[in-house]
Amino acid sequence: MSVPPLTILSISEGSSLILLLPSQSAGHIDPGESTAKKTPTMKILVAIKRVVDYAVKIRVKSDKSGVETLNVKMSMNPFCEIALEEALRIKQSGLASEVVAVSMGPSQCVDTLRTGLAMGADRGIHVESTASLYPLTVAKLLKALVDVEKPGVIILGKQAIDDDCNQTGQMVAGLLGWPQGTFASKEARLSRLKKLRIVNFRQISWLALEVYALDVGVLLDTEKQVATVEREVDDGLETLCLDLPAVITTDLRLNQPRYATLPNIMKAKSKVIKKYTPQELNVEVKSDIEIVEVTEPPKRKAGVIVSSVDELIDKLRNEAHVI
Amino acid sequence: MRETEPKRVECVAAALSRSQIGITSGYDCSLLNNVQSDSSPPETIDKITSLPLGNGGRNPQLYRSFGSLATKVERNPSFSSLNSDDLSYFKGVLGEKNVVQDEDRLETANIDWMHKYKGFSKLLLLPRNTEEVSKILEYCNSRRLAVVPQGGNTGLVGGSVPVFDEVIINVGSMNKIIAFDKVSGILVCEAGCILENLISYLDNQGFVMPLDLGAKGSCQIGGNVSTNAGGLRFVRYGSLHGNVLGLEAVLANGDVLDMLGTLRKDNTGYDLKHLFIGSEGSLGIVTKVSILTPPKLSSVNIAFLACEDYLSCQKLLSEAKRKLGEILSAFEFLDSHAMDLVLNHLEGVRNPLSSAVHNFYLLIETTGSDESYDKEKLEAFLLHSMESGLISDGVLAQDINQASSFWRIREGVPEALMRAGPVYKYDLSLPVEKMYSLVEEMRARLGQSANVVGYGHLGDGNLHLNVSAPRYDDTILAQIEPYVYEWTSKHRGSISAEHGLGLMKANEIFYSKSHGTVQLMASIKKLLDPNGILNPYKVLPRSLLSYS
Repeated sequence: MSVPPLTILSISEGSSLILLLPSQSAGHIDPGESTAKKTPTMKILVAIKRVVDYAVKIRVKSDKSGVETLNVKMSMNPFCEIALEEALRIKQSGLASEVVAVSMGPSQCVDTLRTGLAMGADRGIHVESTASLYPLTVAKLLKALVDVEKPGVIILGKQAIDDDCNQTGQMVAGLLGWPQGTFASKEARLSRLKKLRIVNFRQISWLALEVYALDVGVLLDTEKQVATVEREVDDGLETLCLDLPAVITTDLRLNQPRYATLPNIMKAKSKVIKKYTPQELNVEVKSDIEIVEVTEPPKRKAGVIVSSVDELIDKLRNEAHVI
Repeated sequence: MRETEPKRVECVAAALSRSQIGITSGYDCSLLNNVQSDSSPPETIDKITSLPLGNGGRNPQLYRSFGSLATKVERNPSFSSLNSDDLSYFKGVLGEKNVVQDEDRLETANIDWMHKYKGFSKLLLLPRNTEEVSKILEYCNSRRLAVVPQGGNTGLVGGSVPVFDEVIINVGSMNKIIAFDKVSGILVCEAGCILENLISYLDNQGFVMPLDLGAKGSCQIGGNVSTNAGGLRFVRYGSLHGNVLGLEAVLANGDVLDMLGTLRKDNTGYDLKHLFIGSEGSLGIVTKVSILTPPKLSSVNIAFLACEDYLSCQKLLSEAKRKLGEILSAFEFLDSHAMDLVLNHLEGVRNPLSSAVHNFYLLIETTGSDESYDKEKLEAFLLHSMESGLISDGVLAQDINQASSFWRIREGVPEALMRAGPVYKYDLSLPVEKMYSLVEEMRARLGQSANVVGYGHLGDGNLHLNVSAPRYDDTILAQIEPYVYEWTSKHRGSISAEHGLGLMKANEIFYSKSHGTVQLMASIKKLLDPNGILNPYKVLPRSLLSYS
């Protein structure tokens, strides 16, 4: 397949996303279709989770059945905040028409959704369930919502800070049969260009490499229906090119989420939050996992002051067994 | 040039940090900017260059040779000097390792955290209980050895470091929590407990300390009580005069005064504990305190707002008191100059408000028991204020991380000022409507020569007026003092809202207190500490205290 020449249509400042569209000379694109696509129609679905606030000291319940959440400050999972921020930036750069935030769990999830709406999401969806929701269930519920909402991209935090599962994004991609770009990160720097491993970069790699000079992490091509995601791996950065629709999960360094401003809080008040139950989405809430016990990590032992080097060596050898 | 301004040259026992070396005069601590051994003395001052201070200034007696320059603070000749018998007595009482003569450890105890005041004590004592404090004081009193009580040494007015060779009594080892009553919320603890440790202890119990301040990681409750520290939650929980239910103090002669009540109501005779709250260790050493602590409420909301003029800030304050009354827990302000400093000098701090530059920034915190009710209430209040034009922009923290980043801006102002260079600090209580006029007048007076910054506890009418200068400079100082004090006095304000008088403002007390009142204070001092050994040269004007 021949590669059509591409032009960069828009670069929005502050956004890590660039829209790539074939230039007018590209023969295989129908001109009518091209004009029609100038107004974006893509919808982005963002999953946001309500968790114990990142700054709260976690306490284990006395019966070891879980973590105490009663009278504890709850907030949006920080990774989800980043996911939402990325979706909002994509929309601001003119590539998406709507950002829909989804949260699942008890009725208080509405507060988290309100935060999302105050940040700038257009609509909210609350799947209400008082039962514990595990990643597979959440993935199934998201898949059911995809059938209703038909988004072009789903963006999720790479994991939630409460259970640290890091599974939902991968599972929903698997269930939908969509490609996935996990741990999207915007650590691209020109100096790091050489370290990049280009994986499955397809035909637009030459252009993407040029774009690195602009210090941009994520690329989306709505015309060709591909997204390029840059992710951190052990030995540097990896760049993936995904067919749309796709699932993207976000890592910490992708962006810095915005604050909820008073004007946006005001606007959020009139935004709609639609409620579903798992039954309405035909998903059975069950778990194949049983939590046996939750315990605190062992307390750090107090240090001792040794009186001589010999004593230190003795302790290192016979107590710590490290030499 | 100094001789023309003798009034301001008060603090001879002061050291300035490296950045200040080479200047001709500092603020109220003018002369001894060359105590650091590796620094060369300022050549412009002949008298100083001949002083043997380059070796760490270990001969305080020589200060007197300053003549008229040093008349304001002279070492009281009635005080004895340490001898080896004293040391063996202290070692007998406290044990070898709690009698510190190590130079490095003394160095830390001799200098305040701003590096503005430096004493030359050769002895640091670390008592572990009230009895030991009592024995030390009884002995020092009989020997006429002057002492300086010390806690976390985070004071801002030179009250917690020696001026000359006073023996430092640091109560940091007395850091036990004695009792906590979960029903009444009354905490009884020793004076050396670090405020932050008490905060986290109480947090585990579901309570909060009624005071919170930037120095919480180092400051100790005994010092807080002795200074009557104010801080960030004052607007909600009020003064320590209300929250401290009782205390134990050791008098100069070693007598232990047990006033460690845990009663909210007790009208039996004179309530003498109040004498020790805010007297800066000049009447006795506080060794234990009992404090009423409020229950910790689950819902905390914080908004960071922008106002375009000071009148709007005032209106917002009175509206907030009316509409958020029962949940309002902080109402802080900073001006755009303070904001610029924070953004330029502190790492990782960003302005939460993206658009344009604003003239004033406010931080409003609410603390209540119902998350959604409180949030709704605060939002409604803010949206209304925005519609009526009082607020030009604002953000509401959505999680604790965001909340801390808002607090970081307000709490980071002093730190940013320190990094910016020399700073003249004034802690003033003023009528709210007059408060900012002083900042504007100072700005006009000083013009381009210095950066005048205003911030503080608007909700309490407490202004922190700070003048950030390229160097400590007599001409700048002459523009500020006594103007600031006179201005404050004229508007019936206080020249010390929450920092105390210490060494810095001991002689300025008359700007805020009448002669008769100060005279009575001196009589009380005389009664409780006839030899004047407790924290000498501080709090009260030197002229009133004659030592015999």
